[in-house]
Amino acid sequence: MRTIGLILVLFAVWLLFSGIYTPLIISFGIVSCILVGWLARRMDVIDHEGLPLQLGIQIIVYWGWLVLEIVKANLDVAKCVLFPKKYLRPSFFISRITQKSDLGKVIYANSITLTPGTVTVDLYDENILVHALTEASAEGVKSGEMDEKVTKVMGEA
Amino acid sequence: MDLVLDIATWISMLIGCFFVLITGYGLLKFPDLYTRIHAGGMADTLASFLIFGGLALQSGFSLVTAKLFFIVAFLFLTSPTATYALAQATFVAGLKPKLDGFGEEADNTESETEDGAKPNNSESKSD
Repeated sequence: MRTIGLILVLFAVWLLFSGIYTPLIISFGIVSCILVGWLARRMDVIDHEGLPLQLGIQIIVYWGWLVLEIVKANLDVAKCVLFPKKYLRPSFFISRITQKSDLGKVIYANSITLTPGTVTVDLYDENILVHALTEASAEGVKSGEMDEKVTKVMGEA
Repeated sequence: MDLVLDIATWISMLIGCFFVLITGYGLLKFPDLYTRIHAGGMADTLASFLIFGGLALQSGFSLVTAKLFFIVAFLFLTSPTATYALAQATFVAGLKPKLDGFGEEADNTESETEDGAKPNNSESKSD
């Protein structure tokens, strides 16, 4: 089931990248997508982490929200660069995470790192070690809003 | 219509370039490695969004736009991984961040998390 999903995704990406739509080239594309799908199946790399289709449309909504957060955080960090005396308050703290699965933890940790002003330094068990640039960015992680959203996307609420 | 697109492209790319400039300034100005990572994060995220957004406006609605979108998407997935690898390596090597009295010190976590997996703790000193 996931193998067919992988082949369809691969073929959609192939169509976008190729741009040459003659029958011969398209049939080459189909054959290579099926070959890759078969190889991936043999290698046993198609699972809930390799092809997380179960996240569905929610992850797209989450990405939209994340982009907005990133824009806000960028303005925050830019202010900090221009006026370091006023805003620069580096801090280092441990925060709890509520995701159960490895995939959820990785999505959350990468979201924190992707937001400028906060960087994930370590991840173990239920704890996450974060370095934050300003008070505002540290509060952003401590409030746990992003944590909640990731847990909801993962369906572990 | 073309004029509007051109103006939008210019605005988006100039703001993107401005953010890259701030990134460079921050990289030079910030006190230690951890804070410099944050400055570098700006070039990875908003600056690249704006520059690629400007390029996408110029290319119109075509396959090129889709390819530009894929570049941004791959940056989105790979840059936090690289940043995490850098921060983790620094932390494991034992470089202490310069803090400002805000938030608590995380000295004792080091022994908890590493369990002697990386014994070269005293290899690098900050100054």
